[in-house]
Amino acid sequence: MIAKKSIKIFTILAVVFSSFTSYATSDGSTEKEGQVNSPESINAYIKHHLADSHDFALYSYTNDAGERKHVGFPLPVMVWTSKGLKTFMSSEFHHNDDGHVIVDKGDVKLTKIHSKIYELNEGETHVAFDDQHHATNAHKVLDFSITKSVFGMLLAGLLMLLGFSSLARGYKKGAIPTGIGRVLEPLVLYVRDEIARPNIGEKKYKKFMPYLLTVFFFIWILNLLGLTPLGFNVTGQIAVTACLAIFTLIIYITNGSKDFWQHTLWMPGVPVLIRPVLAILELAGFILIKPFSLLVRLFANITAGHSVVMGIAALMILLKAKFGTVGATGISFLLTLFLSVIEVLVAFLQAFIFTMLSALFIGMAVEEHEHH
Amino acid sequence: MYNLIGAGLIVIGGGIGLGQIGGKAMEGIARQPEAAGKIQTAMIIIGALLEGLAFGALLLA
Amino acid sequence: MDIFNDFSVGLFAMQLVILLLLLFLLAKFAWKPILNSLSEREEGIQNALDEADNARKEMQNLQADNQRLLNEARAERDEMLKEAREMKNKMIEDAKEEANEAASKLMAQAQAAIQTEKKAAISDLKSQVANLSIEIAEKVVRDELSNKDKQEKLVESMLGEATLN
Repeated sequence: MIAKKSIKIFTILAVVFSSFTSYATSDGSTEKEGQVNSPESINAYIKHHLADSHDFALYSYTNDAGERKHVGFPLPVMVWTSKGLKTFMSSEFHHNDDGHVIVDKGDVKLTKIHSKIYELNEGETHVAFDDQHHATNAHKVLDFSITKSVFGMLLAGLLMLLGFSSLARGYKKGAIPTGIGRVLEPLVLYVRDEIARPNIGEKKYKKFMPYLLTVFFFIWILNLLGLTPLGFNVTGQIAVTACLAIFTLIIYITNGSKDFWQHTLWMPGVPVLIRPVLAILELAGFILIKPFSLLVRLFANITAGHSVVMGIAALMILLKAKFGTVGATGISFLLTLFLSVIEVLVAFLQAFIFTMLSALFIGMAVEEHEHH
Repeated sequence: MYNLIGAGLIVIGGGIGLGQIGGKAMEGIARQPEAAGKIQTAMIIIGALLEGLAFGALLLA
Repeated sequence: MDIFNDFSVGLFAMQLVILLLLLFLLAKFAWKPILNSLSEREEGIQNALDEADNARKEMQNLQADNQRLLNEARAERDEMLKEAREMKNKMIEDAKEEANEAASKLMAQAQAAIQTEKKAAISDLKSQVANLSIEIAEKVVRDELSNKDKQEKLVESMLGEATLN
């Protein structure tokens, strides 16, 4: 049993590493964009990391021959262009991120600028930039690529499926879970007893458990993945948090009780003239402000966490002149360690808050008031 | 420049708010240690709401 | 604003698809069985607890019954002991009385016997004395009766002297 498992893991690792090396050697970019050592380049690096990316870079270095090598693996790009769906591997961009490499797909020319894929206008061969570094003769395309974030989501989804289906299967054998289930079960119970039950109410919480559990573990795992050196920043993508918030919005709007709508749209017990005003305020609160605060909170916390950790890590470079290599590394190591510990807490806290507030809003919507 | 000042103001406001929430929650817990769990949860929720507000403003700043 | 510029519709769509898929798969293969098993287990535990509670109550009842029985038994025993003691006392008393009675009867009999014996003895003695006296008297008379005066004198003096005790 264990031998079988280790063989599996070994095979996966072997496949992953062989793809790294082959990708690294096939990389032809010789640009000497080189090291990150000035405040500007650090800023740019942090910004680059915070954005989504089309390939999975682990690290890069400049070899003795002065070639820039990137270690990682390419991810598939799938874009919906004016000429239909185009798919290719992101290695065709050769890690170029400022529109200099143009991928010719027969009828459309594509390029990548700041992790976004642009389609050049008909007849153009090069990207022209204005003084703000915006492309003037290209436009964005609908990008359904398996980007790093999508990859991260798939990874998190796979982890969740594996972990929780094993927990589910564990119950068939006996009432008490074994293995990983021992860790997961208390978490499931925590979500149920601390988040869903008190906020939604004993009667109705069951219906929303799957959503709350999924969202909680999805966010938490992605937050934690973001803290690994793999460098995911999934929950720091506004599209991701927006999608999660809209899910919550849809759930509580579609499950609103009669009382909820009455209290939102035509508040009883206040003068008739004030009622429309209140209705507008309440509607704005439920439809705009609450989801917005959900999405912004998660996004901003994770983004801020990543920026600060990376900024502190960059102190290593910035303080080298003052404290020497060892001193600067020590300071930055200690601070980063400290911040990372806080970030682990934040990773949980944000998942908890998102789920908690979702449950709270759902609870508000499904609540049935006692009529006096 | 102005947006930095705005961000500073937001942080000051948010800090005061969080301080109030945390302080009062501590007082509450000290007064009724058996309700610590409930107070903590309420504190985190209100803190999160404040945080959402502050972050929203920071994004606009 | 940079952030809203960063918003990627494609990523949003992918996230939507992944989340929906994940929600569906997890709900079907994980959450449902997990939550069901959990609530089943909790119900089981609750039932077991209730049962244990009931059993404890029954146990308490039984114990109370036992205690009651024990108390009754003890009371009965005490009663019996008391009765026995009383009986014993009574028997002793009776025996004593009987003995006393017997003793006094015996005594009375003895006394009566003594009395009769005494009477008999006295009467015997009397008859012997009478015989003796008659013999003596015979002898004396025989001796004395040779002289008529003397005879009379003697008889007279003797009669004067003799008193029947």
